Amino acid sequence: MNMDRRHFLVMLPAAAIAWEYVLAGTPEASPNYTMSEHWWSMLIDIPKCIGCGNCVRACAAENDVPDGYFRTWVERYHVDDYNMENPEVISPDGGKQGFPAAKEDAGKYFFVPKLCNHCADSPCTQVCPVGATFITPDGVVLVDQKYCLGCAYCVQACPYGCRYIHPTKKVADKCTLCYHRITKGLTTACAENCPTGARQLVDLKNPKDPIHAFLKTHHVQVLKPQMATGAKVFYNELDGAVR
Amino acid sequence: MNGVEGYMYPNEVNLIWSVLIVLYPYITGLVAGAFILASLVRVFNVAAVAPTYRLALLTALSFLIVAPLPLQLHLGHPERSPEMYFTPHATSAMAMFGFVYLWYLMAVLVFEIWLDYRRDIVIASKNTTGLKRLLYKAMTLGSDNISERSLAIDHEIGWIVTIVGIPSAFLLHGYVGFIFGSIKANPWWSSPLMPVVFIFSAMVSGIGAVLLLYMLSTKIRKIPVDMPCVDTIAMDLFYIFIIDFSLEMLDLIHRIYEADESFRSLNFMVHTKLYFSHIVLQISIGTLVPLILLGIVQVTKLAPHIRRRIYVMAGILVQIGIFSMRWNVVIGGQLFSKSFLGYTTYKMSLITKEGLLVAIALSILPLAILYILLKLLPPWPEHEAELSASEATPQVLRA
Amino acid sequence: MNAFKDTGHLFRFALLFVVAFVVFLAMRHLVVPKSFGQYGHYRGAAIGEMAARPIHYAGHEACETCHADILQTKSSGKHANVNCEACHGPLAKHADDPSLQPAKLDTAVLCAGCHAASAAKPAIIKQVDVEQHSSGVSCETCHKPHSPAIDAGGAQ
Repeated sequence: MNMDRRHFLVMLPAAAIAWEYVLAGTPEASPNYTMSEHWWSMLIDIPKCIGCGNCVRACAAENDVPDGYFRTWVERYHVDDYNMENPEVISPDGGKQGFPAAKEDAGKYFFVPKLCNHCADSPCTQVCPVGATFITPDGVVLVDQKYCLGCAYCVQACPYGCRYIHPTKKVADKCTLCYHRITKGLTTACAENCPTGARQLVDLKNPKDPIHAFLKTHHVQVLKPQMATGAKVFYNELDGAVR
Repeated sequence: MNGVEGYMYPNEVNLIWSVLIVLYPYITGLVAGAFILASLVRVFNVAAVAPTYRLALLTALSFLIVAPLPLQLHLGHPERSPEMYFTPHATSAMAMFGFVYLWYLMAVLVFEIWLDYRRDIVIASKNTTGLKRLLYKAMTLGSDNISERSLAIDHEIGWIVTIVGIPSAFLLHGYVGFIFGSIKANPWWSSPLMPVVFIFSAMVSGIGAVLLLYMLSTKIRKIPVDMPCVDTIAMDLFYIFIIDFSLEMLDLIHRIYEADESFRSLNFMVHTKLYFSHIVLQISIGTLVPLILLGIVQVTKLAPHIRRRIYVMAGILVQIGIFSMRWNVVIGGQLFSKSFLGYTTYKMSLITKEGLLVAIALSILPLAILYILLKLLPPWPEHEAELSASEATPQVLRA
Repeated sequence: MNAFKDTGHLFRFALLFVVAFVVFLAMRHLVVPKSFGQYGHYRGAAIGEMAARPIHYAGHEACETCHADILQTKSSGKHANVNCEACHGPLAKHADDPSLQPAKLDTAVLCAGCHAASAAKPAIIKQVDVEQHSSGVSCETCHKPHSPAIDAGGAQ
């Protein structure tokens, strides 16, 4: 392409403006999405979870999750009276087909859906030797499956057990907060399919997101706060027996 | 679910770090330990152990060559491992592996061996024929200068290399300890003591290995064992082992005393799943028995042939003990759930690329490499004498 | 220079390192992906690749553009906040090409997943002992799935 000097002097500021657009981080497949405008998270409302397993099935269908591995799963807790240190926990096939019926007794039951907490100070991204797992500018922890070595160090470093090594791709895999959906204005597959609204996608940077009003009026926790991972998945009414 | 007791997070049920990841720290531990023994001669001037100097260096090199293999076999995408060199993540202890390994291999071990053997190599390049000659010639890097001054310079530089090599050896093995010790998610691993325990147990296994190899070599060469040499090695082994044992006991006592949220689960695991490998192999057979044996030698006067038997016994038991320690750290750390509510089982396969047969082959391979190195660069004093004799009457083969 | 006499071999050894380093730099320049480091210590293009993955669940808004009548029935009943694909499964293919008919649902199996009684489930959802309640008769026989309450005129 032949360009005279005058033409070049015009192109330069134009290129500078376009460059700013590139730096704002616009993933190619979503032209109307700017990463810096979002900080994604999730709210799990424990009293609303009925342990139907819809979320586990939906996630598997949406993301081709292999059998026996889980990007999300549901645990059922049975806490006997004040014995919080020894809850009985089950998660048959991750809760994918729901749970067997429970009989009424002196203890209490509740369900706890679990997924990647998309930690702001994630220990998993800290230990990756090559930079194959990272947190995006909009707060989602992802795995670059074309770059991952499959060393499994991140799987060891996650306190929540939400990672696994994909059996055929031989790379690390985990919940992506349905990044391919949320960047297009959809919600995550699990939240879409939860019949009771126990799982909700949250955008902490959006002042109109209902999470801000919710946090003002409810008591929430994150899993394993002592690990100081900056976990971003909030649990409403999380019981102290939950591990 | 087969093999699971209690509750494990669904993704935790199958172990991801196999026996090969147990083997890797065991191998680099031997490297570091053998090198420390060699440094006793070079830096600390412990002349008594001089007969093992070159053997220790060659042992370290044999094991170092094999060290990356278990890691490569474990990776899901070994073809991507150059990424660790091109885009190492500065916050990851694992990312330093490539650099520490290369540094230690080339700038410490190969460099020191080359400096110490250069005279032998140059002489051999003149006295051999065919492929061997080409090999020796390549190893001379084209320089056949073995004047007094050049050898004196080599000796000085070699001393500096050893000085640098000691912290390098600690880094080579200590970073592995840090890889485990820095994982807050796993209370069996997370501890500031981990790198220190790894280093001291590495010294125990490495020194024990060279002791065994030296005694084996005297048997094969049919020459008497240098008793002051092995006595000194055994004494050093004993004291380093005392330190190692104290550190491990400190960790244990601290855990039991503080009894934090993980204690009940870990305690149960040690008494059930890890009973044989931890209580029997690592602590009793692998630590207490050799300590007692070596301690007896320190406080009593025993005849040389009895002392030799004790040293062989201790050397073997120490290998079992230190390998068990690596097993208990790596495998043990994955047998319990991070929910502290359950346990799983390690199903070690036999013939897969991370199975038992591969592990055995990788354990034997360094010895095969050592055999070749011993033929190529004989460390024996009698060979030294031959070399000096042939240098006095050089055979000119180049026409 | 006199100081460097007899050290030629050391320079040769050092040369190995220099050559290796140069080769390393060249390979690094060739191999490291161009977008690496764009946003952080990772391949920036990976974000776009992740965002471009195929979608299987269309999302309830996509269904409602065509099935406004169902939406109206649903919004006054107990299933107002149950999204379409929670029962009907992933339907992005159908949303793209409506001629692709989704599979018919078997309410005898489907409804029990949520409504089978269990002491573990919170009271926010109506629960029945399925055997006693319907003894194998499919739920649709009495309940309209889009507006299931019987006394609200939802009975067949």
